[in-house]
Amino acid sequence: MVVNRVVVGAHYGTGSWIAQRVTALLMALYTLLLLGVFLARRGPMDYAAWKALFASGWMRVATLIFAVSLAWHAWVGLRDILMDYARPDSLRFALQVASIVLIAVYLGWTVQILWR
Amino acid sequence: MCENVEFRFYSSGLLRRDAIIRGRECGAREKPMSSAAAKRRRPKYLSLSALLFEIRLPPAAWVSGFHRISGFLLFLPFTAWLLYLLDTSLASEQGFAHVRSDYLESPLAKLALLVFAWAFAHHFCAGVRFLLIDMNKGVDLPQARYSSYAVFAASILITLFVGWRLWW
Repeated sequence: MVVNRVVVGAHYGTGSWIAQRVTALLMALYTLLLLGVFLARRGPMDYAAWKALFASGWMRVATLIFAVSLAWHAWVGLRDILMDYARPDSLRFALQVASIVLIAVYLGWTVQILWR
Repeated sequence: MCENVEFRFYSSGLLRRDAIIRGRECGAREKPMSSAAAKRRRPKYLSLSALLFEIRLPPAAWVSGFHRISGFLLFLPFTAWLLYLLDTSLASEQGFAHVRSDYLESPLAKLALLVFAWAFAHHFCAGVRFLLIDMNKGVDLPQARYSSYAVFAASILITLFVGWRLWW
């Protein structure tokens, strides 16, 4: 039976849905940027060039945007997976907390690497 | 086997526990079920073995399922691994040389890179496909089928290319 429902509520799902797609787009752009950087290179990628690449301001900012996008995107995706498969609720809750902690560790590590 | 069976997909993927079979089922063809009985039988939960062996999933479902699997792999372990590699290679000249000449030359690391390449390529291509579908591009069945095969073809080609660069 088809029921025409008026969609009400806080629209948390819509927010996650949009965030997932916007962050996906940002990460795709970063991938293309990275690809462009490597294809445009002349000569071998040695330590000096590698360090200089991640010392430049635009690369640091772009990588940070990528890392934040990844964190957000991963949270939406992990939450979907856990809501679908993790039973009972106590296990799901524990795994969600573990996911948040791991995401925070990743983010902190990234900042530490970029601004050493 | 059964007739008029149709699946409901969620944007997040078919590998959900509540993938629902709709439509008529075997044995219920002659007599219509009472509404209470109908309610009790839906949603119908499919086991993993049923999803894999008893029904034939359309290609879009495989794209969706692998999108989920590759997404999880990219988060764990690959994000941690790549952060370790980035950290070590940027920390010092020795670290860079170690990663480049020793660590990433080992067969196991190369295999890991290959799996990463597949996961990234599949997640990327399937993600672009989902974004296009969100914008109502390629929603019709023939195009959706075609784009599903295209995702598999592209990701496998990228993986083969990376494998070729890694070993030759």
